[in-house]
Amino acid sequence: MKKKFLWRIASVVSAAVLSIIFFLPSTQVSSSLPEWLRKYGLTLGLDLQGGVHLVYEVDTDKTIEITVERMAAGLNNTFAEKKLEAKAEKQGSDVVISPDSEQSKKIVAELFPTLTLESRSEGRAFYRINSSEVGRIKNFAVDQALETIRNRVDQFGVAEPVIHRQAANEIVIQLPGVKDTRRAIDLVGKTALLEFKILDDEAPLAAQLPGSVSAGKEESILQQFASQIPPEDEILFGRIRNPETKVETDMKAVYLVKKQTLITGDFLTEARVNIDQRYNEPYVGISFDATGAKLFEQVTANNVKKRLAIILDQNIYSAPVIQEKITGGDASITGSFTMDEAKDLAIVLRSGSLPAPLKMLQNVTVGPSLGKDSIDAGIKAGIIGALLVIGFMIFYYKMSGLIADFALVLNILCLVGALSAFRATLTLPGIAGIILAIGMAVDSNVLMFERMRDELRLGKTPRAAIDSGYDKAFWTIFDSHVTTLITAVVLFQFGTGPVKGFAVTLGWGVLINLFTALIGTKTVFDLITSKREIKRLSI
Amino acid sequence: MREIVKNTKIDFMGVRYYALSFTAILMLIGLLAVVQVARGTANLGIDFAGGTAVQIKFKTPVSLHAVRTTLEEGGISGFELQELPTEGKVLISVKKSKGALGDLSKKIISLLSQKFSEGNMVVDSTTEIGPKVGSKLREDAMWAVIASMIGILIYVAFRFQVRFGVGATVATLHDVLAVLGIFYLIGKEINLLLISALLMIAGYSLTDTVVVFDRIREDMKTKFKKPAFEIVNDSINEVLSRTIITSLTVFLTAAAIFAFGGEVLHDFALAIMIGIIIGTYSSIFVASPIVLMLGKDKPVSKK
Repeated sequence: MKKKFLWRIASVVSAAVLSIIFFLPSTQVSSSLPEWLRKYGLTLGLDLQGGVHLVYEVDTDKTIEITVERMAAGLNNTFAEKKLEAKAEKQGSDVVISPDSEQSKKIVAELFPTLTLESRSEGRAFYRINSSEVGRIKNFAVDQALETIRNRVDQFGVAEPVIHRQAANEIVIQLPGVKDTRRAIDLVGKTALLEFKILDDEAPLAAQLPGSVSAGKEESILQQFASQIPPEDEILFGRIRNPETKVETDMKAVYLVKKQTLITGDFLTEARVNIDQRYNEPYVGISFDATGAKLFEQVTANNVKKRLAIILDQNIYSAPVIQEKITGGDASITGSFTMDEAKDLAIVLRSGSLPAPLKMLQNVTVGPSLGKDSIDAGIKAGIIGALLVIGFMIFYYKMSGLIADFALVLNILCLVGALSAFRATLTLPGIAGIILAIGMAVDSNVLMFERMRDELRLGKTPRAAIDSGYDKAFWTIFDSHVTTLITAVVLFQFGTGPVKGFAVTLGWGVLINLFTALIGTKTVFDLITSKREIKRLSI
Repeated sequence: MREIVKNTKIDFMGVRYYALSFTAILMLIGLLAVVQVARGTANLGIDFAGGTAVQIKFKTPVSLHAVRTTLEEGGISGFELQELPTEGKVLISVKKSKGALGDLSKKIISLLSQKFSEGNMVVDSTTEIGPKVGSKLREDAMWAVIASMIGILIYVAFRFQVRFGVGATVATLHDVLAVLGIFYLIGKEINLLLISALLMIAGYSLTDTVVVFDRIREDMKTKFKKPAFEIVNDSINEVLSRTIITSLTVFLTAAAIFAFGGEVLHDFALAIMIGIIIGTYSSIFVASPIVLMLGKDKPVSKK
């Protein structure tokens, strides 16, 4: 009996001490703690500390289309080399070759063994990438997108970002504590496909096109001139900025460019922010690798006095006139940038383009001030709620109420300790879960005290009343806690986001409750009654 | 000994038919709300409906009217404006918005910052949910509720008897439906946070029901000569002071969240306060009468 009693005191004390140790890393003393301990502690959810939660879908169908396009281009090159009268074309996700011949079939099999012949009709052959290869390409595209985004986020500088794949083609990105959320979202989601094309200023249409158009009216321009666009050209738009304020005007510049992409960002080795001495304006300086530099030299040599469009994600940033052949492989991108924009552009260019465009599925952004307001309010509500309950228990149950309050404080302490030890993330609904765990802790004690009162009314001694009160309340407390625990587990399993956060704290709260109510309170009662036989129980 | 109630002999089961008709009305309102949620016609939050919501804090308060005309002139349609309890905060939501996510929130923010000057406003939060995600979240929440109901039914049926399991499940379902129905009636937003409140209410109500059941089970063993009708009444009266005190303390904590917990938890706390009242009611007037009426092994006296 005596031994069991000591064991209980030891377990209560060690639970409390362990809880404090695990919680320490979340406090200001964190930096003076040993390494192994520092990884524990409570993490605040994005709703509490502010930040961005993004879910993107990688448009993997687009990757397939791009691959098919590249294959068609590759085939056309080979056909030309071998002087074969044939043309490869992308049609949806098919490569169509006409006229169809045994020779072209052989070239396809040699060059792209993953292309399988689907059908042949009227002198045309339809090829499609086989399904296992499609799966591989898609999978690789998502991995590559993930890697690129990681790269960008690292360079942007976010402490503890969470970036992972979800389902087949979704990417989840959590950036806690980011101040400039809009900038972070732009940085992550940009495809950042850099292309260089030549403006077709000689076409008669170029003179007819308006210089600019109000934003939102781009479609109508495309429709208006659809029949006049030469087959090798396309109309692209560029933003127009007020050079003084850097604010985007509501007009867009209209350009007629040749469709053919001359150079892409794939050849970049470096991108950095420079300051233009004359205008004191930031721009992005880029350097090409050897192949890129040669290409760039060729392109500029062949197009002197023409305008070179620098295009990022189908938007023309600038279109300077090529004054002379440029050797050495250095170029610059200007465009009335702010400093932040120039920095971000350099980051996305350095980390490369995404293999496919991203489609935003979900964006939950909480500004840092709302997060702080929420946690302040949550803590305030928690303290007031706890004080109200503590006060009420002392008022109603007197001395026993004080013991219940002790169990309550122990409960909150252990709950915070457990959440810290398992490195749980505390969210707003999580705080609500803790406050509700307080309610349940109180209920356990109320159940026991009411039973003790019943026993006392029957004329039992305080000692006997405590014991039988506990015994009778035990199964009630057990059943009610297990049912709540079932709910918590189910919520954790099926719930998402806030529901999950709530389930974690509720579940731990219930488990710890069983411990503090059934062992904590009882130990204190036993401690009091073991010293001397008390005549009256203050309850 | 301070006592809120003393030796009560209230005839709870005597009014069970009145109570059950009241219960039926509450559940019907709840079912109506469920249908409306499923049809998407209820006041669904952005997280369920899909769409865009931007919350902005203005340092010097601006009129809702000015915000509305600014957005309308900027070509944004189908939006709702809501002033938050905290001064100077405005929530702009566009449900089921079309077009690519991200563009709309950008446009809203740039329109307002042009009109009211950037230094005067802070973007508190931006929420954008694609239509696919919205319906998935709605589905997930529904499955979570169904799965937890099944779990409860099995556990209570195993620990007590099947009829207790049925009583507990119906009472819990009743509470969830009733609070959902009340929220629907008073036009509050139905969102993910409300779902976690509903689930917590289910948990609370269940605890309350199990406590009453536990006493009924115990009294059935000790007072086996009494008719079931009286046993149920006795049991409820015996645990009445516990019921009141526990409800009171949990209500106090919820009230503290309601008053001081900040705007995000405001409606959450309101749901819990309503839920505690309903959950306490249901243990006495829904769960217990069901156990009584499903019992064939004991004579039930007609009063």
